[in-house]
Amino acid sequence: MDGIRGPAEPTKHNARTIAALTSNPGCARRRVLDAAGVDKKALAEHLGAPAPFGDSPFALARGNVFESIVKANGAAELIRLLREMLDLSLPEVAYHALDNVAGRESLDTRHRRSVQLLREAARSAEDSGTLFAHPLLRLDVGGRAVYLEPDLIAFQIAGRFHIVEIKSFPVIDRRAEPEKVAAAAIQSAVYVMAMRDFVASLGHDPEIVSHDVVLVCPRDFSNTPTAALIDVRKQLTTLRRQLDRLENLDSILGVLPPGLTLELRPDSTGARTRPVGELDEALKHLEPRYAPECLSVCEMSLRCREESQGRTEALGRSVQEQLGGIEFASEVLSLAAGTRPPSIHEEEAARMLRAAHRLRSQCLGETA
Amino acid sequence: MTTLTALARAHAVESGCAQPITTVRHVHVADRPFACVPLALAGEANAPLAALVGDERERPRLLVVHQPRDRDQRFGFAHRMGQLFQGYIARFPSVVQERVHESTRPVDGPQLWVPNPRSTAFLKLFGRSTRYRSVDGPYPVEETVPRLGRWLTQFVHEAEYPGQSMLLEATTVLTQHWATGQSAVEDAHLPALMAWLLTPDGMNGRAAALAAEDPVTHPPAGPATDPTFDREVLAPAMAAYDAASNPVARRTAKERLESALRGQLAPTWDLVWQAIGLMRQLPPGERVVKRWVRDVRSNQTFYLRLNDGSPPQPKRDGAVAAARRLSRLERTQANYEAQRAFDDPLVMAEHRLAGNAFVGTVVEVEVDRFTGKARRPLIKVRTDDPVSLVSGTVLDPRRERQKAEILEVEQDEDALIISLELAGGMGNKTKEPPPPRSLPTEGEEVCYSALSDEFKRDGDFPSLDETPWTHGGPPVPVRVTNEDVQEDWS
Ligand code: SF4
Repeated sequence: MDGIRGPAEPTKHNARTIAALTSNPGCARRRVLDAAGVDKKALAEHLGAPAPFGDSPFALARGNVFESIVKANGAAELIRLLREMLDLSLPEVAYHALDNVAGRESLDTRHRRSVQLLREAARSAEDSGTLFAHPLLRLDVGGRAVYLEPDLIAFQIAGRFHIVEIKSFPVIDRRAEPEKVAAAAIQSAVYVMAMRDFVASLGHDPEIVSHDVVLVCPRDFSNTPTAALIDVRKQLTTLRRQLDRLENLDSILGVLPPGLTLELRPDSTGARTRPVGELDEALKHLEPRYAPECLSVCEMSLRCREESQGRTEALGRSVQEQLGGIEFASEVLSLAAGTRPPSIHEEEAARMLRAAHRLRSQCLGETA
Repeated sequence: MTTLTALARAHAVESGCAQPITTVRHVHVADRPFACVPLALAGEANAPLAALVGDERERPRLLVVHQPRDRDQRFGFAHRMGQLFQGYIARFPSVVQERVHESTRPVDGPQLWVPNPRSTAFLKLFGRSTRYRSVDGPYPVEETVPRLGRWLTQFVHEAEYPGQSMLLEATTVLTQHWATGQSAVEDAHLPALMAWLLTPDGMNGRAAALAAEDPVTHPPAGPATDPTFDREVLAPAMAAYDAASNPVARRTAKERLESALRGQLAPTWDLVWQAIGLMRQLPPGERVVKRWVRDVRSNQTFYLRLNDGSPPQPKRDGAVAAARRLSRLERTQANYEAQRAFDDPLVMAEHRLAGNAFVGTVVEVEVDRFTGKARRPLIKVRTDDPVSLVSGTVLDPRRERQKAEILEVEQDEDALIISLELAGGMGNKTKEPPPPRSLPTEGEEVCYSALSDEFKRDGDFPSLDETPWTHGGPPVPVRVTNEDVQEDWS
């Protein structure tokens, strides 16, 4: 596994990258790349097909401003919302910021400090509310411990933890963009899972971490926070399945040629010296499962799209289905025109394609 | 996605050219459409950044918010846009004067074009954020601001009904008429879609579309801007504008910002007008004008409401309004589907392929067949289509008032023979033979389907005042509160 990555450091994961693991679960290429901790962004760049997405500085700035508003004054605004939503009559809420102390702490130290505090919290049966800002959690991804540096707050009340996720997309007249809520839900599920693993490691029931997460967003066109509970049970199942699959790669790895590597061989100046031809060759052993949705979630997408040129999968799953699952556009056309006899598995599809072809030609006044 | 469209995509892949998926156009293209290409500031909830608007391709009007987080500037933007849009609408007597009656004569009316569905979503929120503003109170705005909000809301709401032509999105309209050799995800990017439709000479569609994905040469069609443009051009230009300490510096900074934004908008502006031009070239479907007249009438009704002191549209529909809306959506959808198929053999072909329609030749006609006193002729149609209908009522759009009941379906070698009993649409004199051409004749080609473009009455809904308490009771009339007027804009 490490051989595939080469001597480079494994890539850093965050809730977003882990959440992305669930978006194309059938892709062997990405599973291997992710399990090995290959830097897909760098790889795609070196292959001349850089990832087609980025973040606007304005979006980042808004996110930061909103988060700091929510957390200002010991998260006063947030506590007010939580009181309303979870119907609490808390006299007082303690607030523990677990942020990096002046940038001097190592991840390990921070993690230890988080563990210590949360352990005590999990142990105490006290009915007081406590907020933990920026705890550092750890999750096992493909057999490797990954630190999650969440901008989240874990809220403990009556012995139960709730994950609070702050997002800066607006909720207007109590509605938000469904795709954004879906993305937030799966990212929060990553935190729930990390937190559950953690309390389980302390010998507690993982269920003391609630599957209801609190999503905090700006309300309407303002910066005033509003909150909603989201049930992430479904996301937890998907996530768990996908993380398990990352660990069970033996069937794929078994057939890879020994010594296969995707290292980029940076020289002393950081310039990547690995010949692109060699990488192309190596990638051939890792089978992609491209779909247009990859374009918004996977750094390798432009490269994989290139490879899927001429295939019906590149047109989208529903198009491929309508074409009876035939793999190549050229085959579709020859079956439709009747210039190639269908194989036994293609008969059904061929019948339908011929009918479609006949109708299309009739209507467009072409000769069938 | 239907099989015929999927097949057209496969053709596009292999030929490198976009393929038609209709034989006529199913939207109306107005004589003087108004185009609007908005850009929003990333990360903010609906903060307008800039727009090119207007009804003359050669004279786009550039609107810019130099500091999008500044409330006054945003309302200034809304005010200027409101002036232009309402000035445009005021030029249509069909909306502001005459009564339009049910007619099949093309009327001139307002039509709004935007690049894509996200632009519509942007205008929807922009309508929401402006329609409750007030000319007095703590943050007074010009009268044009709430009026713009209400007009935008009207257009966006009506645009939810299938078959309308009041608000058209270039990517949506184009992909309803042509299939490209790329996926729907890529089609959503207007420059890449247009690259397939107007491929430069000597190039193939795919290569042209790939080239159109470069945000430097082909800026995104908005409202989201390119993140790299934000970082490298927009952010520094805005900072310079904010930092300008004297009028000269400020003017220079302003010009720089405006020219950067114009550079991002102008290519999309051109693409939208090219899209309009492409659509004009297609002949309209026969029933398009009927739907368009309805659009114009809806605007006329709205105009009257706007001027008689009615409150702005509510934030959310109440129970009865929501149920009515849903019912109207369903009916409009069904009618639109039928009209499209009746207007366009290629769309009808989709239904034939699915087995819900068939085209065939009349092989037998029995005119003098009666049930009691009523004439019920029988015809037999021979078809090669894969029909899956076995019973029920069908009709042929060329004889819309004549119902045909399927009596029997028999296999005849590779074809099917379908027996149909006809009723209506043949005069009501039993003694005399039916008028010529009112019945299909032997050898004639006919097309029957289960589709129907019948006018259906609105279902029975309680009036708004009778909304049951289980559904929240009668809605409280929309009153613009102080809270709305003061609503924060981050
Ligand atoms: S882009 Fe390629 S590697 Fe990534 S998920 Fe899609 S097919 Fe797999």
